[in-house]
Amino acid sequence: MAELSAKKTRWNEWVLEKLFFFCAFVSVITTAAVIFILLEETLTFFETVPVLEFLTGTRWTPLLEPKHYGILPLVAGTMLIVMGAAIVALPIGVASAIFLSEYASHRARSIIKPILEILAGIPTVVYGYFALTFITPGLRVILPDTQIFNAASAAIVVGIMVLPMVASLCDDALRAVPASLRHGGYSLGATSFEVTTRIVVPAGLSGIFAAFVLAVSRAIGETMAVTLAAGATPNLTANPLESIQTMTAYIVQVSLGDTPSGSLTYQTLFAVASVLFVSTLMLNILGTWVMRRFREVYE
Amino acid sequence: MSDQTPILNAKDLSIFYGDNEAVKSISLPIFEKKITAIIGPSGCGKSTFLRSLNRMNDFIDGVSHHGEILYRDQDLYADSVDPVEARLRIGMVFQKANPFPKSIYRNIAWGPNINQLGGNLDLRVENALKQAALWDEVADRLDDSALNLSGGQQQRLCIARALAMEPEVILMDEPCSALDPISTLAIEDLIEELKAKYTIVIVTHNMQQAARVSDYTAFMENGVLVEFGETDQVFTRPKEKRTEEYVTGRFG
Ligand SMILES: Nc1ncnc2c1ncn2[C@@H]1O[C@H](COP(=O)(O)OP(=O)(O)O)[C@@H](O)[C@H]1O
Ligand SMILES: [Mg+2]
Repeated sequence: MAELSAKKTRWNEWVLEKLFFFCAFVSVITTAAVIFILLEETLTFFETVPVLEFLTGTRWTPLLEPKHYGILPLVAGTMLIVMGAAIVALPIGVASAIFLSEYASHRARSIIKPILEILAGIPTVVYGYFALTFITPGLRVILPDTQIFNAASAAIVVGIMVLPMVASLCDDALRAVPASLRHGGYSLGATSFEVTTRIVVPAGLSGIFAAFVLAVSRAIGETMAVTLAAGATPNLTANPLESIQTMTAYIVQVSLGDTPSGSLTYQTLFAVASVLFVSTLMLNILGTWVMRRFREVYE
Repeated sequence: MSDQTPILNAKDLSIFYGDNEAVKSISLPIFEKKITAIIGPSGCGKSTFLRSLNRMNDFIDGVSHHGEILYRDQDLYADSVDPVEARLRIGMVFQKANPFPKSIYRNIAWGPNINQLGGNLDLRVENALKQAALWDEVADRLDDSALNLSGGQQQRLCIARALAMEPEVILMDEPCSALDPISTLAIEDLIEELKAKYTIVIVTHNMQQAARVSDYTAFMENGVLVEFGETDQVFTRPKEKRTEEYVTGRFG
């Protein structure tokens, strides 16, 4: 037998390895840079406006005199949209997913599933006009006090917007539950309703929560449709029939204007973005925690 | 054979997957408080037949039945029969253990709970686990996840889960096929003991197992029932040549 040959340097592997490392490195560096700039500008902003005033102030008028820099109105506006959208999207989304995965025939599924994916791809501006021309007039018929621009209409349309995603992801989560568990339930004299609600849904809960977290993140980030339907009035209110402004909508509003870089108004962008960043971060942490906590692991 | 009336009785039963006839005109009685073993090569239709006995085939697309299965003289597939109630009386243990991703306690309590069987639930859980010879191993960790149990324990948990419903018949589809020899023996002993209270139908491809535990044996091949009789007779004095070849291990 011949001797084992000497170790070879495989250049192509070496190059690929370095390339992959470089790609990973670039994405980490860009993220770090974004966070760094965000922090830096935010800290500069806090040299002029005290943190406490920013976090607890109830008026947000950086573009008008007298200027006030209290972020609560924007936070309240965002919460109104997120909660409204969640109320619309989560129950209907889960119910549709249950229908799709547990009751729909193959044929019905093969028609509905692609439709959901198409709905999820419609540009958000279209949803915005849908809200303005359809939902708002509808609301004003039922509740005549409703303002032309109002949070409810925006929340409903954002709910409709994320609904296909919620339904589709929850459907995936439910279908991932092994058939053997369903059969186990049926063999114990359970009806399909009992199998669905007491085996399949609990077993798919972690996936359902994942869908919820994604839906809420999207609702927080949604800008275009919300600006169109809810207007641009920073407003500390819990009344969904009034016009409001969300954090992202404010950022867009200022970015589109001719705000000189380095000005205080310019820095508000970063301060608001930091709040946005921290809330989505906390949401993700909460989501991960909830998923671990409620997870029913099946092999 | 026996002069008892059967608790389940297949008459000229054929089962189709679409056009594929997986079970062909089988007539087979299942006697009460006896153990009936169904043996035969892989793919001969044992599981398909077994699932028809508690209407679990209802959950497989494209399955159709011809002929009838009588449950105490009542046609199991009559429109007036509620399949959910049929499964309540005719329980099932599957080939692969399928515990729910819940605690040991909640696995057993699940069926009695949704069917509101009443009585003391703790006691029911304890009895079921004792009958399944699992109580001693899990008594101090009933709130642990069932998925932390070993394969053999999981299968005994599934048996306990079926027993907690106090069914009349328990169908077992190769319950030991994924288990080690020691767990297999434990489950065989268990089946022997259960005979006093339950009617058991067990599918197995393990001839020794069929010979050891059963009172009656049915031998199937290619969807056809080749021979049915008392286990002693089928194994020692088979009437059919094919049966003899199969039980003595001479295939082909
Ligand atoms: N879900 C199914 N869909 C279509 N054909 C099936 C299905 N399950 C089993 N079959 C077919 O029916 C026949 C009998 O299968 P099965 O009852 O599982 O046999 P066994 O349990 O004896 O191994 C096989 O030919 C198999 O291919
Ligand atoms: Mg089988």
